[in-house]
Amino acid sequence: MARYIGQRVIYMIITLFLIATISFVLMKLLPGSPLANADKLTEAQQEVIFEKYGLNDPIPVQYVNYLGGLIQGDLGISFKYDNRGVSDILADRIGPSAQLGIQALIIGTVLGILLGLVSAIYHNGISDYLSTIVAVLGTSIPSFVFAGLLQYFVAVKWGILPVATWNGFEYSILPTIALAIFPMATCARFMRTEMIEVLNEDYITTARAKGLAGTAIIFKHGIRNALIPLVTILGPLAVGLLTGTLVIEQIFSVPGIGEQFVTSVTSNDFPIIMGTTMFFAVVFIVMILIIDILYGLIDPRIRLSGKD
Amino acid sequence: MKKDNILEVNNLKVSFKTHSGEVQAVRGVSFDLKKGETLAIVGESGSGKSVTTKALMGLLPQPHGFVKEGSILFDDKDITKMKDKNMQAIRGKEMAMIFQDPMTSLNPTMKVGTQIMEGLLKHQKLGKEEAKKKAIELMNLVQIPNPESRMKQYPHQFSGGMRQRVVIAMALACNPRILIADEPTTALDVTIQAQILELMKDIQKKVETSIIFITHDLGVVANVADRVAVMYAGKIVEIGTTDEVFYNPKHPYTWGLLGSMPTLESDEEELFAIPGTPPDLIAPPQGDAFAARNKFALEIDFVEQPPMFKVSDTHYAATWLLHENAPKVEPPESVKKRIESMDHSEGATR
Repeated sequence: MARYIGQRVIYMIITLFLIATISFVLMKLLPGSPLANADKLTEAQQEVIFEKYGLNDPIPVQYVNYLGGLIQGDLGISFKYDNRGVSDILADRIGPSAQLGIQALIIGTVLGILLGLVSAIYHNGISDYLSTIVAVLGTSIPSFVFAGLLQYFVAVKWGILPVATWNGFEYSILPTIALAIFPMATCARFMRTEMIEVLNEDYITTARAKGLAGTAIIFKHGIRNALIPLVTILGPLAVGLLTGTLVIEQIFSVPGIGEQFVTSVTSNDFPIIMGTTMFFAVVFIVMILIIDILYGLIDPRIRLSGKD
Repeated sequence: MKKDNILEVNNLKVSFKTHSGEVQAVRGVSFDLKKGETLAIVGESGSGKSVTTKALMGLLPQPHGFVKEGSILFDDKDITKMKDKNMQAIRGKEMAMIFQDPMTSLNPTMKVGTQIMEGLLKHQKLGKEEAKKKAIELMNLVQIPNPESRMKQYPHQFSGGMRQRVVIAMALACNPRILIADEPTTALDVTIQAQILELMKDIQKKVETSIIFITHDLGVVANVADRVAVMYAGKIVEIGTTDEVFYNPKHPYTWGLLGSMPTLESDEEELFAIPGTPPDLIAPPQGDAFAARNKFALEIDFVEQPPMFKVSDTHYAATWLLHENAPKVEPPESVKKRIESMDHSEGATR
C-alpha cells in the first residue's frame, strides 16, 4: 500500500509539473496587460512596474523562476493586491469555498444515493417517476439558474434566508443547495441504474433463499455492490463542484477562491490565476487518489495486497 | 398430506407475463417428496424444472412470475398462498437451495464466513460467537481446508469448486428438511463435479435431509437419485424410481433422453439426438407437447393430452402408448442396447 501511494505521488508530481508548464504558457499567450490603466502610465512607469514583477526577463527565465518558486511552495506575489503573496490570499479565501464544496458534496451524494435507492426499490412506481423527474431536471438545468430561482423565491420573495454575502451558516444554505443539485441528480440516476442491476444478480437470489428480509437484502447485499461504480463518478462530480463554485460564488458574492479567480481573470492578475489553477489541480489530483483508495475499501476484489 | 411425505405438489401451474404474452412455464405438475429421499427432476433447458423449484422456494422473479393454479403443501400448509413474511421463516430454515453457478451466487463484497453466518443469525437466534463456531463446523463438513482463516476471505479468493462448497455450507446452515439443488454441478469442471456429488451424498447420509436434484445430466441422476421425474414443456411426462425410469422407460421422450446420453461403451458413430425443438410455451400445442418430435406419436397425441398412466405403484408415464387400445410399441433398438449396456456400466448402477 505504501509503495502504491509512493508511486502515485510521483505521478502526481509529474502531472502537476505538466499543468504548471501548460498554464504558464497559456498565460503568456493571453492578450492584455496586467496594468489596470495602461494608457495613463508613461512608458517609464510601466517599465518600473514590469521590472518589479520580473516581467522584463526573457520568458524562459520567468518560467524557471516560477517553477523554482513553486518547488519552494511560493506561488508569487499578486499584481493587484500590492505585496500580498498569492498563497496568503488563497489561504484567506479557502474557508468559504471549502465549506460550500464539502457541504454540497455531502448533501448531494447522500440525497442522491437515497433518491436513487427509492427509485430502484419502488422500480416503476410513483416514487420512481417522481425521483426520475427530479434527477432529469437536476442534470439538465444549470446550477446558476437554480441559484437565481432560489435567490428570487426563498430570499427575496419569502425572505427566509439571506440573498447573498457571507456572514454565517445561514448564508451558506442557498449556495450549497444550488451547488448540490447537480451531484444529487447525477448520483440519483446512477444509483438507480446500478441498484436495479444489482437486485437482479444471482447473489441477491441467494440472499433471499436464506430467508433474509427485503430490507436486510438491500442494506447488506445491495448497497455496497451498487456503490462500487458510483465511486467512479465521484471524481468528476467533485471537479464539477470546483468549477461550479466559480459561478455560484460569484452569484452569491461568497468571498471564496472561485470568486477571487473570476475577478483575477478579468484583471489579468497572472500570479493569482496561476496559483488558483495549481491549487485546483492539487485538489483534483488528491481527490482522485482518495477515490482510488476508497475503491479498494469498498471492493475487496481490487484491494491492494500488502505484499506488493 | 400422506404421513411420510414432506412435500406435496398438486397441479402446479406457473406463468410469466412477457410483452409477447403469457409464458406457461409450468403446466400442471404434481409430485411428492418423501422424507430422506432424493428426487431428481430431469429435462432439457426450458422444460420448467428450475421454475418449479423457484416456485417451491417462493423465489419466482417478481413481478413477472406467478403461481397461476395448484398448491404446494409443506407441513399441511399451502405455501403458494403464504405471505412473503411467513415464507422468510421457511426459506433457508426448512427449505434451502443450492444454485447453479457458484461464480455469481456469492456476494463478491462480503466475507465468506459472514455469508454463511447470515442464515444462522436470522433463523437460529445464535450469538455472533456461536454462529462463528457453527460456520467453522459447516465449512469442515463441506471439507473446506483451514476454515478459520478461509472464513475471513472473499469469494474471489476461492476456486469454483470451493465456492460451491461454500454455497452448500450456506444451504445446510440451519439443517433444512428439504434441500433443493438446481444443477449444482453444471458450472463446474468434471473432476470437481464428481467431488461435489460425493460430498452431497455424504452429507445426505449425515444430516438426513430430502433432496430435490435438478439436472439435465442423466449420469448424475443415476448416481444420486432414488426417484426420477422427467419434465418436458412444463409437465412431468414420466416419474418413477431410478431403476424403473432407467431400465423400463415408457415415454418416448425418456427414450430419447436415454438414447442421447453418451457412454464410453457406445459403438455407434453418431450420438442419438431428439429431432426438432421444444414447443413455444406462449401458445402450447393442444395435444401432447412432445408429439411433433415423436416418431411414435399416435393421432390422438395431436388432439388430446395424455393422462398419467400407471405402470406400477411408483411408476407413471404420460403417453397414449400405454393406453390399452394403443398399438404395442417397443423402444428403438439403439435405446434398448443402451439400456442393456447400462446394466454393466459402473456409472449408472447404484
